[in-house]
Amino acid sequence: MIYESSSQAVIIFFAFVGFTLALSFWLGGKAKSSAGYFAAHGQIPWFVNGIAFAGDYLSAASFLGICGMIAFYGYDGFLYSIGYLAGWIVALFVVAEPMKRLGKFTFADALDSKFNSPGIKLAAGVSTLVVSIFYLIPQMVGAGALVTPLLGFDQWIGVVMVGSVVILIVVTAGMVSTTWVQFLKGGLLVVFSAILTWLILQRGFKVSQGGNDGYQFRTLTVSSAALADGTIADNEEQVAANDGWEPVTERFLRLKNRTTGAVSVWSIEKSGDDQVTLRESQTLTKTLDGKILVNGEEKGQKKGEPELHPVGFLVELPGGRTETGPLSPIEFFRTLQQSKVVLWRSEKVKHTDGSETTVYFPKLTPGSQVLRPGEHPTFRGIRSDKLTDKVNFLSLMLALFCGTASLPHILIRYYTVKDASSARKSTIVGIASIGFFYVLTLYLGLGAMTSGALDVSEENMAAPLLAKGMNTWLFAAISAIAFTTVLGTVSGLILAAAGAVTHDLMSSAFGWSMSDTEKVRIAKLSSVVVGAIAIVLGILFQKMNPTFLVGWAFSVAASANLPALVMILFWPRVTRQGIIAGIVVGMVSSLTWILLSSEAYSKVYGLDPASAIVPFSQPGILTIPAGFVVLVIVSLLTRNETVSA
Amino acid sequence: MNSRNSRNGLILFAVYLVFYGGFVFLNAFDPDSMERTPVAGLNLAVLYGFGLIFGAVILSGLYGILCGDASGNGSADQEPKP
Repeated sequence: MIYESSSQAVIIFFAFVGFTLALSFWLGGKAKSSAGYFAAHGQIPWFVNGIAFAGDYLSAASFLGICGMIAFYGYDGFLYSIGYLAGWIVALFVVAEPMKRLGKFTFADALDSKFNSPGIKLAAGVSTLVVSIFYLIPQMVGAGALVTPLLGFDQWIGVVMVGSVVILIVVTAGMVSTTWVQFLKGGLLVVFSAILTWLILQRGFKVSQGGNDGYQFRTLTVSSAALADGTIADNEEQVAANDGWEPVTERFLRLKNRTTGAVSVWSIEKSGDDQVTLRESQTLTKTLDGKILVNGEEKGQKKGEPELHPVGFLVELPGGRTETGPLSPIEFFRTLQQSKVVLWRSEKVKHTDGSETTVYFPKLTPGSQVLRPGEHPTFRGIRSDKLTDKVNFLSLMLALFCGTASLPHILIRYYTVKDASSARKSTIVGIASIGFFYVLTLYLGLGAMTSGALDVSEENMAAPLLAKGMNTWLFAAISAIAFTTVLGTVSGLILAAAGAVTHDLMSSAFGWSMSDTEKVRIAKLSSVVVGAIAIVLGILFQKMNPTFLVGWAFSVAASANLPALVMILFWPRVTRQGIIAGIVVGMVSSLTWILLSSEAYSKVYGLDPASAIVPFSQPGILTIPAGFVVLVIVSLLTRNETVSA
Repeated sequence: MNSRNSRNGLILFAVYLVFYGGFVFLNAFDPDSMERTPVAGLNLAVLYGFGLIFGAVILSGLYGILCGDASGNGSADQEPKP
């Protein structure tokens, strides 16, 4: 699709981002010592910290990735919502209070409180760094997705923008301003999502044959005989399959209009014993010299010129109605359950001259299928007979459950309040606001699915485009909030990484003695470096769903950090060597597994996914227990040594 | 104070674990059950999913009450560092 910026959107956006930055600088001026820089002097009120948890947690992945996945595949994206929230239960009931009692600035402090060993600091510091960078990638991808429809820039510009602004925030400010900024954005994101949900319910559902640009997608029902001899429509002539179309003749058909000469692509669907339904599809062709063709014509620069038509509509409502009017939150699901929705899938066709066409074709889907799990490729495994597919699902859900309590940027937030009780109360506030938001994600995603505003080629833009389809001001406000939320999450992560480098690696593990001012300076320097790495990775991983990437980050976090964290809190016989071994094994095994998985093969290296070495792509179910087992065995083996030392 | 809090925490954690585990295993080994519509025309996927979210919020509130947050500033459960 073509994205044009609107002036009011740009004004609101820059006003909001400018205000956030100003606030950040003003607050940052107050925190000069390292205790202030990393932990806000432990003086943040618990309620503010709780909403800031939501701000940290409800990132680009939650807002854009989950909504996008629900908009394209239905219920599946909501499985992430459920898993992300369930993780907070582990954080609250198991980790929150002991963490607060043990630590000072970082997660490594807490682990090391018993042993004072540079080795633990080194291992925990490295794992914090790895997890932070992994988690940064989806945030950057999300930032790019937001800026495109808003400002009309290319995606990489969005990534560079976020990166630079965040580096500026972190360098000038620190934990005090990051927290207040997160509080502001976390709160606004939840409120505006609620408004958007209310608008979706007020709008209800409406039967349509196309998106909100008014284009009607055509459907033809013909007999199998007509398909065979090519007499499909009076003015349309069938084009013989050539130039790469041969392997897909069963599924796609090309028709040439006798008057205009325009070629259209249709998907073939069997609809009776000797009847087929042809559905008009859309194509996007990328040629070797960088040209982009949309439905056979060169892509335009502004509105009115050739572009992919927006989609997202339902073609049948229960009882033959054409419009529902306002719906209650329950009627919304009940109605959708009995409707028929058009979802879009894609398939690639490679041509002899090296160019490639992506066919986006409609798939008529009953509402009952939209509202059940198992449509998205990641979750399709639950309907498979193969055990490894089911294990992959269990593994992902386990990683989501265990991951939250192991995320470094969430853990450092326990040090910004004054005591264990405040840590607990802020977690409860966090859970309530995050839970409320996740309930809304299902409405937002399904609202986007039926909004008529979806871009078939950009899953991540579903939520912003939904808002754009309703109201430009609302869209600008939501985009600005989401963008600054990305900024906040990214600054929290960069801060966690910088804390790990300065505090855990340089001063504790390598034994450099630094003054307070030097520590802050080193932290700022490492922020710049980590930020730069994140920008590069954000551009490289552009096309992946941020939520999927977050799932990986959770796996690594849970495998590396959770065993050490839980064991040091609950098992008195744990040893220094055990902790180090647990972290290293958890981190290395989960990372290796991910890099060898079929998802990484197909989406990162561009190799054949079937040739991947590991049997399923989510490592958690093996690597989390592996971390525990190694930790326990090494602890038992080294126990005497530690006692005598 | 602390041991009571952590015992309460672990009990509530176990309750939620069973609830969450039930959802995950039902999805993995009997995905069709998610399509049933037991209440108000809503299917089990939506009902159970919302239940898990509201359940988390309710349990965390309950934990807060059990820990006695309402009574004071919480300084009582601060423990000296080892």
